[in-house]
Amino acid sequence: MVDYLQKHISKIVIAPSFVAILVFVYGFIGWTIYISFTKSKLLPKYDLVGTIQYEKLFTTPRWDVALNNLFIFTALFVVIAIVIGLLLAIMLDQKIRAEGVLRTVFLYPMAISFIVTGTAWKWILNPENGIEAVVRSWGFDSFRFDWLINSEMAIYTVVIAAVWQASGFVMALFLAGLRSVDQEIIKAAMVDGISTPRIYSGIIIPSLAPIFLSAVIVLAHLSIKAFDLVIALTGGGPGYSTDLPATYMYTMAFSRGNVGQAASSAVVMLTIVVAVIVPYLYSEMRARHD
Amino acid sequence: MSLKKLLIGASIASSLFASTAIAEPKVEVLHWWTSGGEAAAVKVLMDEFAANGGTWTDMPVAGGGGEAAMTALRARVLGGNAPTAVQLKGPSIQEWHEEGALSDLSEVAKAEGWDKILPDAIAKIHKCDGVYCSVPVNVHRVDWMWGNASLLAKADIKMPTTWAEFNDAADKLKSMGITPLGHGGQPWQDATLFDSVLLGVGGVEFYKKAMVELDLDALGSDTMVKVFDQMRKLRGYVDDNFSGRDWNLATAMVMNGEAAFQIMGDWAKGEFTNAGKTPGNDYLCAPTPGGGYLYNVDSFAMFKVDGDENQAGQKLLAKLIVGEKFQTAFNLSKGSIPARMGTDLSDFDYCSRRSSYDMAVSSANGSLLPSFAHGMAVRGVFSGAVTDVVTNHFNSDISSAEATKALVAAVKNAE
Repeated sequence: MVDYLQKHISKIVIAPSFVAILVFVYGFIGWTIYISFTKSKLLPKYDLVGTIQYEKLFTTPRWDVALNNLFIFTALFVVIAIVIGLLLAIMLDQKIRAEGVLRTVFLYPMAISFIVTGTAWKWILNPENGIEAVVRSWGFDSFRFDWLINSEMAIYTVVIAAVWQASGFVMALFLAGLRSVDQEIIKAAMVDGISTPRIYSGIIIPSLAPIFLSAVIVLAHLSIKAFDLVIALTGGGPGYSTDLPATYMYTMAFSRGNVGQAASSAVVMLTIVVAVIVPYLYSEMRARHD
Repeated sequence: MSLKKLLIGASIASSLFASTAIAEPKVEVLHWWTSGGEAAAVKVLMDEFAANGGTWTDMPVAGGGGEAAMTALRARVLGGNAPTAVQLKGPSIQEWHEEGALSDLSEVAKAEGWDKILPDAIAKIHKCDGVYCSVPVNVHRVDWMWGNASLLAKADIKMPTTWAEFNDAADKLKSMGITPLGHGGQPWQDATLFDSVLLGVGGVEFYKKAMVELDLDALGSDTMVKVFDQMRKLRGYVDDNFSGRDWNLATAMVMNGEAAFQIMGDWAKGEFTNAGKTPGNDYLCAPTPGGGYLYNVDSFAMFKVDGDENQAGQKLLAKLIVGEKFQTAFNLSKGSIPARMGTDLSDFDYCSRRSSYDMAVSSANGSLLPSFAHGMAVRGVFSGAVTDVVTNHFNSDISSAEATKALVAAVKNAE
């Protein structure tokens, strides 16, 4: 008995959470996929009707807007956050004074929830009492910065707020990477008289490749999950111009009583996530086997 | 005293207790009236229910204009444990009826003579296949226009009776440097404007065809293009910073003289009243241009429940809700008017009395219509699809013709 327990203890301990994940994550993913092929409205129905929900989804202008916004938001958010994060990390890496304090300052936004970030930026970007009002009060009467209430530009305000929140975290990732680069190589390069910018672009940054990959994965999944930031910052508006797939799904499921549409949009989101994550997992596993 | 005696005594006591519990009416009420005035209004009902010997289990679910409450309701119904009474609105009563979840109130309805005291149009939405399954609590009028009395006097403008008059008045106000229309750019508020414009520009028959019957020809007609044209005009009358503003802040703009008009349901009146303003002196109320009356009714739907005490509680609750005492007390707190016709209105203000009078007139001539913006006309899927088009048009620069086309496509797609 004791022997048996000793042999299998790890499996026994893990089993409950394994079952829970199997049911509550994968089970409900399966359920959602099933529901997306039904005509469920207020309550779930279980008669399969084919791909009607998907046909409707892709002829709804609001979904087009949501999907477009997701691509705009993800691309800009990931690229800008990485660029700013890398620059901050390189500058902090110059053996400056008070590095600890600065690092904390840049990292702190990550400790705030997206709701707080969104609310704060809503006030900062509000034309009547934010940046526009301040600059105008300095005497620049024709200054305009009304992206928040401009349906063409509002999605970019979401990017600004998200970048502000996440770039400190990216900086921390890169800083750890920079510190782990082999100092011997850098010293050798310096002895050879190679300039600092050249050392960074030729040696250090290429050696950070795995960090880039982690940063992209973390930021991309943040952007697909983004929901609270949009709700707090713009509420999806003006109109529905800052809708994201997540907010679209929420609206359909909880305020429109259209469970079928919500399920099909959730499945499309899942597909997007899978398209990002699976190549990453694949490359990770292959690397381990080698 | 022996142990045996004690046990017998205890069992007698418990059986007595159990028998009184069966006779006692019980309800569990799911609602989302949690803010100040609304909570006070619910308290009125709770006290009256208790005074009639009932036990009230309160189940308030705050947030999201009832979205959170609806989610809770779905979970409860799917779990086979529905609350006794649930705050619901218009067509969603029918949606729940189709799920077979609502109970039959015809006994109370007959005893209380509801068919005589409720306006036909409003009675209809509370019936499931001709049988009462829910009760109205109040009637909000949606097509109200609120004006700042002193601003309008300064500009020498009367409350407009046609949209052309409104446009002239708004142009004049704009040239004086006054924001003509206080408005908050949230989808439901844009839809509230659309409600009034559609009724005013299109007329009663057109409104019925387009928003109640969802007739595709009406939705795609030239009249609809004109409706969107007027919406575009209204867009020009709001201030630059309207996006995302809450409705009560827009009301405050009218109150403080920052804007001349607001088009909003009579819950806006509550804001004026709370700020100590009186109708006629500080602010003016008038129906939006064009005839008709758009209602937004809050209802309680009675769900199928087991147990005599629950069913007794359900009937008592339904009777009390439609009763004169509750209808008066509740609506004085809430700012709406009683759904019950012929209620004594001497404690109500001018705007409410006017609303009540107009409701009776409209009910008689068939122009008592459900508000689309507040989910009274059609189901959530359709009203949501229409709202998307309306708010997209209002917040972008697409043409009226394009918006009309998009409207038809959206309604078709929501089927």
